[in-house]
Amino acid sequence: MNASLTLVIIMVVLYSVGVYLLLERSMTRVLLGFLLVGNATNLLILIVSGPSGAAAFYGEDAATADPLPQAFILTAIVITFGVSAFLLALIYRSWRLANADVVYDDTEDLAMGRRRTSVTTDRPVDGDDTEFGTRAAAAISTAVDLEKQEEREEQESLAAERRQQELDKKEGDA
Amino acid sequence: MSALTTLVVLLPLLGAAAALTQAKRPRVQTLITVGVLTAVLAIGAALLVAVDTNGAIAVEVGGWPAPYGIVLVVDRLSALMIVVSAAVLLAVLVFSVGQGLADGDRETPVSIYYPTYLILATGVFNAFVAGDLFNLYVSFEILLVASYVLITLGGTEPRIRAGTVYIVVSLVSSAIFLAAIAMIYGATGTVNIAQLTVRLAELPADVQLTLHVMLLIGFGIKAAVFPLSFWLPDSYPMAPAPVTAVFAGLLTKVGVYAIIRTEMIIFPDGELNTVLLIVAALTMVVGILGAVAQSDIKRLLSFTLISHIGYMLFGIGIDTAAGLAAATYYIVHHITVQTTLFLATGLVERQGGTTGINKLGGMLKASPLIAVLFFIPLLNLGGIPPFSGFLGKLALFEAGANNGSTLAWVLIGCGAAVSLLTLYALARAWSMIFWRDAEEVADYENPLAMSSENSSSATVESVRTTPRIMVGATVAMVAVSVALTVFATPLFDLSANAGENIDGPAYYVNTVFPGGLE
Repeated sequence: MNASLTLVIIMVVLYSVGVYLLLERSMTRVLLGFLLVGNATNLLILIVSGPSGAAAFYGEDAATADPLPQAFILTAIVITFGVSAFLLALIYRSWRLANADVVYDDTEDLAMGRRRTSVTTDRPVDGDDTEFGTRAAAAISTAVDLEKQEEREEQESLAAERRQQELDKKEGDA
Repeated sequence: MSALTTLVVLLPLLGAAAALTQAKRPRVQTLITVGVLTAVLAIGAALLVAVDTNGAIAVEVGGWPAPYGIVLVVDRLSALMIVVSAAVLLAVLVFSVGQGLADGDRETPVSIYYPTYLILATGVFNAFVAGDLFNLYVSFEILLVASYVLITLGGTEPRIRAGTVYIVVSLVSSAIFLAAIAMIYGATGTVNIAQLTVRLAELPADVQLTLHVMLLIGFGIKAAVFPLSFWLPDSYPMAPAPVTAVFAGLLTKVGVYAIIRTEMIIFPDGELNTVLLIVAALTMVVGILGAVAQSDIKRLLSFTLISHIGYMLFGIGIDTAAGLAAATYYIVHHITVQTTLFLATGLVERQGGTTGINKLGGMLKASPLIAVLFFIPLLNLGGIPPFSGFLGKLALFEAGANNGSTLAWVLIGCGAAVSLLTLYALARAWSMIFWRDAEEVADYENPLAMSSENSSSATVESVRTTPRIMVGATVAMVAVSVALTVFATPLFDLSANAGENIDGPAYYVNTVFPGGLE
């Protein structure tokens, strides 16, 4: 079987860019990544489904291409279309609610981590890492920087201790 | 009988369309939905009897002969799954009707809830009867798209956040599954499951392994198998209580069902059995350790859900008829019990106003019935005799002991420890919520008093009294889960026969191609 090298290269590029985008926090980029991965998969079906260049149905004795993969691709395209419409609505809703189009951290999960030991979580990314730039309230408004918070709490408790010591000292002097 | 098979898929789909046209009349919608699911339950029961007496049914949709057209296959496993899921869907529907009527539908836009619910049912039923991989992919997509809508119902901020995680993970698993189908089609030129078992066996071993692993990863994400289960406790608890119940009961089991088909029919050699057993042990242990740490009932239950998927994988990984029979019985048990627990949690949430274990207390006096409704499935899931959880685990351990390998014994040990830990985690939650006095809760505020401060007393009355219909649905589910013990012998005989049918592809291939292949 001969596969077109161009198609294979396009598929590889689409997959790699798509996966990269899927790993982003920003939901708009996730949507684009999903579209690219979906198209790459459609290309994959086309590449593995045998020789191209002929119509799916043509006459009785002329060479025909396998019609089944084309039906697969058509179905997959429709599904991708429907899901991306839903994702767009979801992104819009998220933007209306939170003024940001990023995926938040799971707060319950973070609380669980805080209760136990200090865990390192995703550090907040730079403020411009959303499609809405500085208009977004924060890159990840709900992300909690656990390390910083713990540092702060530690400093606070140290300061309180110091105050207590000073008080004790004064009392002792008096 | 063959007409009935297509009806299992068609009825919910047409019912969804009919319900959508009645968007302004919620009562008519409810009637349609309840009617359709009752009909499917009856058809499923009829199919189960027919399949059990006359052997499996294969339907060629549209009259196209088997390898070219779409085939629907019903064997004992499929029929059993259809009956159990129809029963669970019906009970949860009744529960949500009760909740919706009492709440005045503020959070759930009723016009889309029922149609979406029926489409979810369509996807689940279609997955159970699909006879070719692409049809399986389509049914996964049907049920996933419906679940995207249900999990973000109402569009509140936490639900959108949880829904996003769920949707993106599901999309990735679908993409992997589709790519696997593409490669399988490229390698063999067919997607018919019965034909694949013959043609895949002719491929080089490494190609087989690649395709096998890709399918398992795709299904593993859906079934929440350990390294791929991270998304579940994050997303499920956020959905409305009835939706969580039906997701927890059914969606992961559809993934497990697909894994059974993959392991037994598509790749019957069992070359990944060791991997499956190791993953099963990890799923059990890691899942339950997560559950022990939780302070919210819904999250705790989500972790036990993951943990108990491990038991089913254990049965599949043993790869004997006895192991499969045990796994089949365990799936039936777990669908019922996990759904019941989530419904009981829904009642707790409604009565107490929260699902945080630390914030609840003294509910035994306030509502003894809910305490009982939570306690019975708790013992059941924890594997206390004589409940079905105990019988299922016993059958699994027996099958494992017959297998006799070191790994199987390790898994038996893990399984016993995990059932104890399940009991510990759930009993701790139960005693905190129901047993301790209300005064013991440090920051406890009577939900009644608290909410009457912020709102008029009339709404409090309507929200805080738990409607009878919700309690009734939960009682019915508890009764069903107890019935699994009472009727354990016929059910287990059925599971044993189902296990024999699916142990190896011969029976399946004979059903689809009665005249033999090629």
